[in-house]
Amino acid sequence: MQHPNRLWIVYLARAALFAAAVVMAVAPMLLATRDIAILTEFLSLLTIAIMWNLLAGYADIVSVGQHAFVGVGAYALFGFAAIAHVDPYLAIPLSALVALVVALPVMVIIFRLRTAYLAVGSWVVAETIMLAAGKLSAFGGGSGISLPVSVVRGFGSRVTERYATIYWIAFAVAALALVATWLLMRSRIGLGLTAMRDNEEGAGVVGVNLIGLRVLCFLWTAPFLGLAGAVITLQKLRVSPPASFSIIDWTVYVIFIVVIGGIGSFEGPIIGTVVFFLIREYLSEIGVWHFIILGVLSIAVVLIEPRGLWGLVRRLLPADVIPISRRRRVRR
Amino acid sequence: MGELANQIVQGVLVGGLYAMYAMGLSLSVGVMRFVNIAHGDLIVLFSFLILALIHATGIGALPATLMTLPIAFVGGYFLQRFLLQRVLGQGVLPIILVTFGLSIIIQNGLLGTFGADTRRVSGGGFETATLRIGGGINIGVLPLTIFIVAILMVLALDWLLYRTRLGARIRAVSDDPATANLVGLPSARVYATAMGIVGVTIAISAGFMSIWTNFDPTAGPSRLLIAFEAVVLGGLGSLWGTLVGGIILGVAQALGAQIDVSWQLLAGHIVFLVIFLARPEGLFPKY
Repeated sequence: MQHPNRLWIVYLARAALFAAAVVMAVAPMLLATRDIAILTEFLSLLTIAIMWNLLAGYADIVSVGQHAFVGVGAYALFGFAAIAHVDPYLAIPLSALVALVVALPVMVIIFRLRTAYLAVGSWVVAETIMLAAGKLSAFGGGSGISLPVSVVRGFGSRVTERYATIYWIAFAVAALALVATWLLMRSRIGLGLTAMRDNEEGAGVVGVNLIGLRVLCFLWTAPFLGLAGAVITLQKLRVSPPASFSIIDWTVYVIFIVVIGGIGSFEGPIIGTVVFFLIREYLSEIGVWHFIILGVLSIAVVLIEPRGLWGLVRRLLPADVIPISRRRRVRR
Repeated sequence: MGELANQIVQGVLVGGLYAMYAMGLSLSVGVMRFVNIAHGDLIVLFSFLILALIHATGIGALPATLMTLPIAFVGGYFLQRFLLQRVLGQGVLPIILVTFGLSIIIQNGLLGTFGADTRRVSGGGFETATLRIGGGINIGVLPLTIFIVAILMVLALDWLLYRTRLGARIRAVSDDPATANLVGLPSARVYATAMGIVGVTIAISAGFMSIWTNFDPTAGPSRLLIAFEAVVLGGLGSLWGTLVGGIILGVAQALGAQIDVSWQLLAGHIVFLVIFLARPEGLFPKY
């Protein structure tokens, strides 16, 4: 160990992370409605960021079309809850399932493209799905449609109650995404993914099943993105092609979050989402400039410290705050 | 029947513009092996530059476009030399992220400077002139000019890449940068020159696009997608293939628009995906 004296910082950070999780679990009892709404958005964006990081940071699938699955989840929720009159709580996991089913043909298409072309290829597919969603007249066509009041009331008759319920759903989804992906990264599969991140050819040579891992990661992310789409729809109470499939909200911001926070690390998306919300809260009044700042910042990160903010911090620390690699002590 | 034939002819001509968008992308994909996410935004950026030049000096669209050509070459050269070159050869992730950041910066820079309004440049009556050829087919002088220029661009780029010393250098660096360096080729400068040429194709397509279609600061991504589809359909690295790819997309969109205006874009994407699934290597793959 290089810095044994700094290990206390790691323990402190873990304690802070745990405390933050506990506070977030009971947030609706502590905060005002407006803050709850912002935290709900935070959790949805965090879920999407964790998934994009898994794809681009580890599995070498640099997709610019993951907003497609958020939109599919949104439309599936509306379809089950408002059209098929399924119990709204059941409609949420069903939208994850639909996103997974849609991911299969999408994967067949985009996996035929080599990595450099996959980015734009996935964007073409997302655009096609969005335009196709605009053709569904039961979903309001190109202009979209609001969730019926009966469905909305299923999550609470009073506004504050509803905000709290939707917040807890978002919290459950983000927690599931975080813990499940953490367990994945700690498994044998995660070991292969880390090897792939560090050296893809080398990983292939030592027997990591590259294609299998790519397929697994792609299918892993789709249901979580679908869940995020369902939560976002419950919060916005409306589906429409440009908003539900928003490339700005669910892909552009997410890429900035992961890149600035630190791509290819478990802590990166979490730090990135926090930084993004701080920037958004304090800089949103400067309009287009906050995009320009994010763009310049992300290019600077790629040029100067490709491992992002977390990469900078991690240099000073002896261990990961969220450990995904298991250390084996070597006897001498 | 005449109406259908007319739509197909119009689609073919639109394909010329699409091929123009795609030619620069084809070159950067073929030579530098990366997809520039900001490609469409650079086209829109130059359209705004042409618009600003016209407003500032009162010159016509053609001289304004010609004035931007050297700017585009130098811009492409420096973009490659001082930004893209630094992340080339480190895998695809950094280059995608850098061009992606660039795309967002250009879009929002244009929004901040010019506002969100939809713009168009006047071609001085040139854009409304048509030739009647009978059988219900009318050919606009502007689309025909664009189509002919697109063919000339393919010829010029083909000649440049396969008949000149510069082209031989570009191909050598593209095939194997390490060996090209060993035999004394300044690969960074060769890449930068290639990107300068890409810049010129961007400025030419921006000039024609600004007269023929409406554009706004967020119009870049749709141009990128069209250009990408034309490149992949045609087969990576094949310039004639790119032209054919553009024509296929133009015709698909024209026929889709016959059903309903909102089918126009969807039809283009669907035809792309179907052909891509059947022939992932494109119609005329070069490598």
